[in-house]
Amino acid sequence: MSALSERPAAPVVGTAVPHESAALHVTGTALYTDDLVGRTKDVLHAWPVQARSAHARVTALRTGPALRVPGVVRVLTAADVPGVNDAGVKHDEPLFPDEVMFYGHAVCWVLGETLEAARLGAAAVEVDLAPLPSLVSLQDAIAAESFQGGQPTVERGDVETGLAASAHVFSGEIEFAGQEHFYLETHCALAHVDEGGTVFVQSSTQHPSETQEIVAHVLGLSNSQVTVQCLRMGGGFGGKEMQPHGLAAIAALGATLTGRPVRLRLNRTQDITMTGKRHGFHARWRVGFDEAGCLQALDATLTSDGGWSLDLSEPVLARALCHIDNAYWIPDVRVNGRIARTNKTSQTAFRGFGGPQGMLVIEDVLGRCAPLLGQDAATLRRRNFYSAGQTTPYGQPVRHPERLALAWQQVLDSSDFAARTQRIAAANAASPHAKRGLAITPVKFGISFNFTAFNQGGALVHVYKDGSVLINHGGTEMGQGLHTKMLQVAATGLGVPLHRVRLAPTRTDKVPNTSATAASSGADLNGGAIKNACDQIRGRLAQVAAERLGVAAADVRFADGQVRSIAFAGESVAWDDVVQLAYFQRVQLWAAGYYRTEGLHWDSAAMRGEPFKYFAYGVAAAEVEVDGFTGAYRLRRVDIVHDVGDTLSPLVDIGQIEGGFVQGAGWLTLEDLRWDEGDGATRGRLATSSASTYKLPSFSEMPEVFNVTLLADATEEGAVYGSKAVGEPPLMLAFSVREALRQAAAAFGPAGTSVDLASPATPEAVFWAVERARRDEGAHVGEGAPGLPPDQPDAGAPAVRPHSEHASDVLTQT
Amino acid sequence: MQSPSVTVNGQVAALAGAPAHTTALDWLRGRGLIGAKEGCAEGECGACSVLVARPGLSAPTRWTALNACLVPIAALDGQELVTAEGLGTPDDLHPVQREMAVRGGSQCGYCTPGFVCSMAAEYYRPDRVAAPVAGDADPDHLHGANGFDLHALSGNLCRCTGYRPIRDAAFALGEPAADDVLAARREQPPPPVPRTRLAGDGAEFVRPADLPATLALLAEQPGAVLVAGSTDWGVDVNLRAARAALVVAVDRLAELRTFVVGTGSIEIGAALSLTEVAELLDGRVPLLDELFPQFASPLIRNGATIGGNLGTGSPIGDTPPALLALDASVVLASAEGEREVLLADYFTGYRQSVRRPGELIRAVRIPLPQPGTVGFTKIAKRRFDDISSVAVGFGLDVVDGVVRTARIGLGGVAATPVRARATEAELTGRPWDGATVRAAARVMATEGTPLDDHRASAAYRSAMLSSALLKFHAQDPGAKHRTPQEVGA
Repeated sequence: MSALSERPAAPVVGTAVPHESAALHVTGTALYTDDLVGRTKDVLHAWPVQARSAHARVTALRTGPALRVPGVVRVLTAADVPGVNDAGVKHDEPLFPDEVMFYGHAVCWVLGETLEAARLGAAAVEVDLAPLPSLVSLQDAIAAESFQGGQPTVERGDVETGLAASAHVFSGEIEFAGQEHFYLETHCALAHVDEGGTVFVQSSTQHPSETQEIVAHVLGLSNSQVTVQCLRMGGGFGGKEMQPHGLAAIAALGATLTGRPVRLRLNRTQDITMTGKRHGFHARWRVGFDEAGCLQALDATLTSDGGWSLDLSEPVLARALCHIDNAYWIPDVRVNGRIARTNKTSQTAFRGFGGPQGMLVIEDVLGRCAPLLGQDAATLRRRNFYSAGQTTPYGQPVRHPERLALAWQQVLDSSDFAARTQRIAAANAASPHAKRGLAITPVKFGISFNFTAFNQGGALVHVYKDGSVLINHGGTEMGQGLHTKMLQVAATGLGVPLHRVRLAPTRTDKVPNTSATAASSGADLNGGAIKNACDQIRGRLAQVAAERLGVAAADVRFADGQVRSIAFAGESVAWDDVVQLAYFQRVQLWAAGYYRTEGLHWDSAAMRGEPFKYFAYGVAAAEVEVDGFTGAYRLRRVDIVHDVGDTLSPLVDIGQIEGGFVQGAGWLTLEDLRWDEGDGATRGRLATSSASTYKLPSFSEMPEVFNVTLLADATEEGAVYGSKAVGEPPLMLAFSVREALRQAAAAFGPAGTSVDLASPATPEAVFWAVERARRDEGAHVGEGAPGLPPDQPDAGAPAVRPHSEHASDVLTQT
Repeated sequence: MQSPSVTVNGQVAALAGAPAHTTALDWLRGRGLIGAKEGCAEGECGACSVLVARPGLSAPTRWTALNACLVPIAALDGQELVTAEGLGTPDDLHPVQREMAVRGGSQCGYCTPGFVCSMAAEYYRPDRVAAPVAGDADPDHLHGANGFDLHALSGNLCRCTGYRPIRDAAFALGEPAADDVLAARREQPPPPVPRTRLAGDGAEFVRPADLPATLALLAEQPGAVLVAGSTDWGVDVNLRAARAALVVAVDRLAELRTFVVGTGSIEIGAALSLTEVAELLDGRVPLLDELFPQFASPLIRNGATIGGNLGTGSPIGDTPPALLALDASVVLASAEGEREVLLADYFTGYRQSVRRPGELIRAVRIPLPQPGTVGFTKIAKRRFDDISSVAVGFGLDVVDGVVRTARIGLGGVAATPVRARATEAELTGRPWDGATVRAAARVMATEGTPLDDHRASAAYRSAMLSSALLKFHAQDPGAKHRTPQEVGA
């Protein structure tokens, strides 16, 4: 066992504790960024001027009428920007655009004494637009060859040879929708200017360091002159990884220009029409199986809908390509990726970060092909699992594949899968108007940022003279329980009771150069850093305690607020006393901790390497019932076994698994982003831009029976206290729901019917699937070699080279 | 008139200075009570839920959960509010807060204060009675052994937890303790409703004393915006920036809160909330019992009124398809007097009706006896708290196996709620059997002029009209051949 993964006796990690802020949450006293407004004097409120065109050149912007509205203080435009007029890291996102790139694009911002004044001011701004041709649908963008960014390929073996040697070759395509984050707390920033022109911004951001960088470059300041703090977020899900930066910059710019605090909070309509979402994708594929149903070859081209700017589209695409294999061994693979440019919001990170989209493709392929192969889908999936010694298409060994097999078997057993499958078949035969489906699907998800440089974390641990502990780390809290876990890590690392440790909000002047709290990596990176800091402090205190106890430092143990010798009858000394003693002996009582994930390498041009520290595994079985009259359905029962390593905090981990699952089920079945694709005045407008039209899962989508178990004996050597990341992987357990719906729809047709199912599988989509099954129309899957080859990448596309890799090239050359 | 004020968490606070369009949510947050959150500003997410002391049926006062984002604070003049902050403190949690906290009911915490208030309303529901739950009787697993009905939380959205721990928290609740002041408050009368006038920013909110005063005001200012539950007003203010010059509250007028079960009809006061209507009807109108649980959420139904639902004139409606099937009529009142109009003749175009300037809906009348075979179908993406793409109400009299009369109300397939006249004609006089129903279902698919939109395609809407009739028949193929119901007579 590694020093990183080893737990001391009686650790605080692993105990079930509520969220660290639970008592504040339930009493309405937890502070979010917008809750600070009432505590801040002389705040100005910001309101955007949103252009009503999918694509147009701004030919005139007259702000004078706004300034005549009582209470309007200032209108912010491009001319006010002292630094760089850009909200992103790719320099393709002008903060104040002269070209409207999507319906609702903000062209300028109005500051008012009240929100009402700012709103009225924004309504008074006159914007002249010269319309330009627009692309709204992904299909139109593909047809117009409107692409942006690199076009990477993951390739292994020779896919043509593999297909030629396959007993069965199928080909098809699918297009599936993205997803709105719909964090309950919309984007918010509150900025004020400190002495000497330095800027302090409170922001609902998953990436304070990058918010800081963008604010600094917009204002023309150095990073050291800007501090960003995030108290907590009311949900993030990836939607606050890049999207907060420009909004924080607007608030900071307004504060700099007026000398007054500026609050920028998007209301729901603004948030949903202005900020990016999960990418929808199109995929065309050819697949080969042998006689037994073992995958032989996969040739696919994935095209994501990137929206108007690149944002995080390239790394999202990379993760999609790295997850199209999901849990399955495919000898010959060629998977191409492209990013369409459309006149929509700039699509961005969302829990899973492309992984779900890649996995949807292979799960859809297996779900449609299983009946054509004459196999049940569960058998087909299991047959294709990775086994020990195999590697992914991008060259990473698949470590611990036996854990997935174990979880699969556990779910089969605990869900009584075989017997229920039989009972459902019998019940379906006797029920003409309602059919059930039961499906089981696996998840294998790579943990670490694909881009190696981001895999580092930092922390500060302070021990005060009274023995109390204050920790601070680079990760942000968005409800995922990161802070709860970090408190448990610190209490374990120092051997003190949990209540002795407090956590201070995340801010860039405490821990610099942090990575986004993203990629499920928050606990791994920041937990590693906190543990490192605690190890330093404990090492120093062990010397002090050893002298006091008259033993060697190596024979001292810290637990539950006591420091004792390892001897059975050994003396002990209270933590508080050791701390006091250390202070008087002038021993440093605080430490900066640092962690970097070891053993990672990735070449993003070749799309090869070992980008992931480990894989998180999980298995879900879901049972649905579909009403043949309407296509409406109910989620009757879900059984999950998920691998979180040795859990740091079981209540938090189970919460992540359940919540991720339901959010995934929302993406796949309910949540329906509809843009106006017509040619009228509202072309490009998001038609589902409110909670009344964009429906998230509610209580009616909660599985009626919901059993979640953590995989036992799952120590992960490479992560803090043997744990595994949990934020994203469970979302993809929801493929079980989609596949169960497919099977239930198929049950309305003759045995062995293959069913196409749209995504999201809304009641309407399920109804049409049922109708096609009833008419025995089958799926739109081509059969026989060679199939229709997918589009190949454009040789002229730019290389995918992240900033971090450029930097290391430069260093290598000099 | 006293100057307007509201009692919040036991403290009296003056409303003076608040613009007339100020929502309860903005007013509370402006006072530093930041527990209630804005998640959607249209009554869909429940993050702003608060408790209001309202008249109850089984106890004098009922703690009623409302969306604070939809209610003008002026409408709560003289009333008592409790927010999450008022239920408990971090050191002294309310039982609802404790269960939510220890069971992992909060993750990001942003929706949590709203959930806590909605859950507390159900916790304090005077007729919540612990009862063992039989599996078959509760196939949806929506009722706890403690009598908790999860529908109480159907207007609250959580993006983090997946709801299971929130359900477990709700089902773990016991009874209020003997010294629980909010429980004791239920036994006292609700606060009286004063006349209110709040003016500012060039706009005015008025709550007149009685119906004659209201009608006189309307005659004088026919452009006034009437509000009852204000569930539309709030959306218009928050999302469409509506700023009416004059808002007139009618929801507490005694003349609009009548409930009379007569021999020829049931009269339901227009300003009764849908929650109150359901309780007062107490099963007397089975068709409405099918509708109510599918009508928005309790947070909406606690405020929204039956008159308001007709007055807003939505082509989808929620009650209109059912009321059309029941052949209901609308009682319109003005300074000149009253008139009664059949609901089937009430709507004249998209959000247009025969209601004249200066008129308001005073009551709804449902004729008795009711049809013997009734049903309601709502087609939507989500089962709880969604807007219909298609809604269908059925009211049939089947005598000796033959359809004697048929009334079918449709929502979502035309500019107004409409009757499915061709289908009704196809059914009338024919045996209630598969052949008749299949033929009528083909006719039903041609009713109305459904559109493609973000909720559904026109083709799906038409298909669902057919499906609704086929399903209605399949669920009750024998029609149990009920004769016209004597219920309620």
